Amino acid sequence: MPHKTFFWFFFPSGLAMILFIGLPIFSSFFQSLHIEPEQILIEVESCDPFGCETEVQVDQEASAKAKAENPLGRFNGFGTYKDRNHLAFVEIDEAWKNTENTSEFIKQVLNLPFYKSLLFTLTFCFTVTPFVIVLGFMVALSVNVLAKSVKGMVIFGTILPMIVTPLIGSLVLFWMIDSQGILGATIQIIFDDPNLSLKSSRSLTWITLIIYGIWHNTPFAFVVFYAGLQTVPQDPMEAALIDGATRSQRVRHIVLPHLYPVATFIALICLMDNFRVFEPIIGFSAEGVAQSLSWMIYKDLRNETQMLFGSAGATSMLTILGVGILLTPVLIRTWKEFRTDR
Amino acid sequence: MKKFLIAILFSFVSTGAYAGGHSPCGVTDGTINVLANEFTTLRIVMEEAEKCAGSSADFSVTHSVDHQKLQGPALEANPAEFTAKIVTNGSITPLMSKGLLRPLDDLVEKYGANLNKSQLITFDGNVYAVAFMANAQHLWYRESIFNELGIAVPTTYEEVIAAAEKIKASGKMDNPYGGAFKAGWNLSQEFVNMYLGHGGEFFKPGTAEPSINNDHGIAALNVIKKLTELSNPDFLTQDTNAVKEEWESGNVAIMHIWGSGAASLLDDEGDQNIKADTRLAPPPTVGGGSAAATTLWWDGLAIAKNTSDENAEASFRALVGAASSTEMANANPNAAVWLIDGYTPGDAAVGVLAAAKMGATPYPSIPQMGLLHGAMSDEMVEFLQGNESAEKALQDIEAAYIAKAKEQGFL
Repeated sequence: MPHKTFFWFFFPSGLAMILFIGLPIFSSFFQSLHIEPEQILIEVESCDPFGCETEVQVDQEASAKAKAENPLGRFNGFGTYKDRNHLAFVEIDEAWKNTENTSEFIKQVLNLPFYKSLLFTLTFCFTVTPFVIVLGFMVALSVNVLAKSVKGMVIFGTILPMIVTPLIGSLVLFWMIDSQGILGATIQIIFDDPNLSLKSSRSLTWITLIIYGIWHNTPFAFVVFYAGLQTVPQDPMEAALIDGATRSQRVRHIVLPHLYPVATFIALICLMDNFRVFEPIIGFSAEGVAQSLSWMIYKDLRNETQMLFGSAGATSMLTILGVGILLTPVLIRTWKEFRTDR
Repeated sequence: MKKFLIAILFSFVSTGAYAGGHSPCGVTDGTINVLANEFTTLRIVMEEAEKCAGSSADFSVTHSVDHQKLQGPALEANPAEFTAKIVTNGSITPLMSKGLLRPLDDLVEKYGANLNKSQLITFDGNVYAVAFMANAQHLWYRESIFNELGIAVPTTYEEVIAAAEKIKASGKMDNPYGGAFKAGWNLSQEFVNMYLGHGGEFFKPGTAEPSINNDHGIAALNVIKKLTELSNPDFLTQDTNAVKEEWESGNVAIMHIWGSGAASLLDDEGDQNIKADTRLAPPPTVGGGSAAATTLWWDGLAIAKNTSDENAEASFRALVGAASSTEMANANPNAAVWLIDGYTPGDAAVGVLAAAKMGATPYPSIPQMGLLHGAMSDEMVEFLQGNESAEKALQDIEAAYIAKAKEQGFL
């Protein structure tokens, strides 16, 4: 394709990407470098039904003036990135000096909010993604050999978890695993422990979230694999059949190599999606024991009485960085394949 | 405090603070769009406000348990997303700090003839909100179970724990205690109650430096841990509404929740045997302290600054109509402890009145309190699950708060 044609072909989507992705990211980054102006406090007499007292309040006039002079707030450089609620360099340094063995050090680091969230995010990401790929592939293979008459129905049923809104899907499961719900009560009977709760134990909540993640994401892998299966060349398959290859041999030597780029694509998308895990944490009210990076951003903006824009911006940037690091190996691989193909 | 008691106990002799003025009801122009918390009492108030506004008024209301998260961005927009907000002494602080509320002196002058003076919430002499009810968390118990097991009504948390343990040991209930321990605002609020009950101060006097890592804080956390061990194992996911459901299902025999819960717990729906057995008691003290381990709250109306005078007036008229409606208060005597003129307190007012009498403090309306409140829950969960010590949890809460307070310009 000549460069000029390519440019005009790409221009509309490129423009949309700059407007709707590039600019917001840049704006978040810019915001993350700033903190609020210093609060000017005054003492005022305030009265309510319980009596009058002198209270500290924010001086509205002075604050409004400070805000008008400097709408973005004070420039703080990478200060927010370095503070305790994010990368916590000072705290990690202290932990390194004050601890005697590695396990104690790791424990102290994982007690910091950012690293605590990162641990869950990565655990979720790297447990869900392989399961999704393997399960999705198996489901696609199974559906592919079904008789035509039932195929449509089965495909619809299979992609249902993806169609259900994540929040609704997780809420439905949340009620089912309640200690009085069908799953929660059954588990209590099976393990003969009336205090067993899938909701308050950390490990059980994590397992619940991961199972939900697999359930929700598998249909995506299935759909892509299923589409890929339709393009498997029939000639080598027939040749293999004549040579007496079993079904597993055909899958291993013909289908798998053919679908390899598809699997890479699914891994890429799944890693990216799962790194941003958020809805199930809200749906399962799991924020007490499982926090993700996206949840941290949400917390900064919604769970506070004052919105912490700088903090949320910093976490967003770190999340984008995380996605970038995660995808680098896959991207390098794709790039290499692209070069050799040429 | 005195004023509060006077307002409640002697409300029937007090007269309106302002003579004359216009009748607030029957609004014809302007839009009324209210954001309010979600519980039965506020629904009653909103129905009354809608009635007062009249059929020709443009009236809408959004009830949401997320009201506190929505209010900032919604009222900061210009024009504001809502014309009025139902605030409490907790949620008014961030709105005041940002200057998002309209001074109401002129409107009170015009339409506030039937208001008690104690209903007016003033800052620096200007009225910014009009309170209509008082609220506090206090104790609820099931009388028949207590009688059967020979348990006296607890007056301290130590007795609450003993009572709950006795009920558990009797095999009647596995998790006899109920409290709103949902991770987030609710769990933090339990710490606020317990810490104040122990006589703690949240900040070093005159500064925004936190000071909760002390013996009071440790004692408070340990009491909360004891209580959660006697609660439903799903306690980290249960807010007040969920605890009320547990109560109505007969799974809980003693709980510490909001006085306003009476509106739905003592209504004609649900198991009437449980309702007949439900008793309200004063909030307990803790750790030998004299003040009740709870906080006093008022709920009231406030008007957005970023809205037209016409809308502000319309909203104020409808809401003040409800906030001064003696009929509404006396028709629903148990729905709340009304601050409204001419209200005769019902049986269900006992808990909140006792909280005030027992020297409970109002929830601190300090601008940086919200940041500290928001930092508590995460670390409390670590402690409650036995992953870290009370000292470490408190130290972490302070550290998390300091980072946020620096970003917000308080430190």
